Amino acid sequence: MKERLTTIANAVAVFLGLLILWQLILWIFRVPPYMLPSPWAVAKAVGHRFPSLLTSTTITAEESLGGLIASIVTGVIVALFFAQSRWVRKMFYPYTILLQTVPIIAIAPLILNWVGPGAPAVTLIAFIISLAPIIANTTQGLISVDENLVHLFLMHNATPAQKLFKLRLPHAVPSLFVGIRIASGIAVIGAITGELYAGSSQVGVGGLGYSILYAYSQLQTDYLFALVVAAIVLGFVFLFSVMFLEWLFLHKWHESARTPETE
Amino acid sequence: MSPDSNVPQIEFDSVTKSYGTGRLVLQSIDMEILKGEFVSVIGPSGCGKSTVLKLISGLTPPSAGAIRIDGMTPENARETISFIFQDATLLPWRTVIDNVGLGLELERVATRRRREKVSSLLELVGLGDVVAAYPRELSGGMKMRVSIARALATNPRLLLMDEPFAALDEMTRDRLNEELLRLRDEQRWTAVFVTHSVAEAVFLSTRLIVLAPNPGRVHAVLPIDLPYPRTAQLRETEEYEVLVAHASHILREALAQ
Repeated sequence: MKERLTTIANAVAVFLGLLILWQLILWIFRVPPYMLPSPWAVAKAVGHRFPSLLTSTTITAEESLGGLIASIVTGVIVALFFAQSRWVRKMFYPYTILLQTVPIIAIAPLILNWVGPGAPAVTLIAFIISLAPIIANTTQGLISVDENLVHLFLMHNATPAQKLFKLRLPHAVPSLFVGIRIASGIAVIGAITGELYAGSSQVGVGGLGYSILYAYSQLQTDYLFALVVAAIVLGFVFLFSVMFLEWLFLHKWHESARTPETE
Repeated sequence: MSPDSNVPQIEFDSVTKSYGTGRLVLQSIDMEILKGEFVSVIGPSGCGKSTVLKLISGLTPPSAGAIRIDGMTPENARETISFIFQDATLLPWRTVIDNVGLGLELERVATRRRREKVSSLLELVGLGDVVAAYPRELSGGMKMRVSIARALATNPRLLLMDEPFAALDEMTRDRLNEELLRLRDEQRWTAVFVTHSVAEAVFLSTRLIVLAPNPGRVHAVLPIDLPYPRTAQLRETEEYEVLVAHASHILREALAQ
């Protein structure tokens, strides 16, 4: 407990130190506010425009979550397919790597062309970019079951359904969570990137990516910074939520399950 | 306790097993294991000890020859057989009580009957206090007790054990050996036990089958004429020590071949 307090105190000290450094740079080099606003100006922008900031964050959060859930569902289904045989994996696994290496920015215009601008296009981008880690990790979990456990199930004449639901799937849950943890961060980044291309404004306010572009075009650098802060917070919320769920599901039995505070 | 009758429970009729590109693991094995026997299979590594168990359980088919369990093929006899592995091989996401009930659950035994059976077994193997614990909270010896309880839960007529106590310290191993014999007294299953330890094999068995390696074949069969029930005191007797020394000698012979 004491150790944890020290950790928090250190993090706060570093944060304050960075703010002071930031302010010093502004004073020493006389940076104009449209290039780099002061920390105080960013804080004021957060305060003044909190409702629209919250709306932008909510839009991006919904798109990210939609993409993440879609990739969890799809990823688990694909992994179940991959787990069937080595041949299936040899034939299809290279395409998973393709999924990981395709530059999303390059195909974003294509998606825009197909789906049209707006939340569905952004969700689709978040989905595509976060799918690979789920497939890779879940497949690994499904196929790495101890051979003797498989033998044990064989000895009791277990049905394929019993083998799946009582052995392979529970065994894969820790690996699935590793995948979700990686995917959660990527999904948020994907949604924001997607909004730069495919975002659109609903009721005058768009998602974080869209609003960042807009604030940039209006030279509202203080608000742009406020949006970046919101994006960082959103990423953290996603990561910590996943880690909390991971802890909730695994802490009782799995060695590697850690409390959210220690990672 | 001598064999219940002269009924053979396991019959190997010139069984040969080779893997892949002709690597010969076992060569024309003939043996009979009678109902109620406790047979240990010992031999140097690479002599196919574990393969014998896999053949009996039908996890792998023989390349030549025939195996019969109670007159049936191994696959058909499966529900009368339980297997205890070298590691406890528990499901880490299940508590002790749910691990012990796994076999009954897979065989779709009704929940109430399952619970009754499992809780009486947990008492029997001394796990009454840890029923709700997860495997990672248990010591190696405790995990192995769970594994034994799980194997016995389905009322096997035949118990196959593949070096179950190899990873345990000597004191734990000795105690579990004594408990295994106590359980056998009560439940009267036939046992085939694979081990590296001559002392363990002599302590437990009615008979030793010594295999020679490359390829695996029966080198010698050694009856252990020590009366049951056997307790810890047996290990201090001279006749036990003589038998262990004799068995070790035969094992060295097998290795030299």
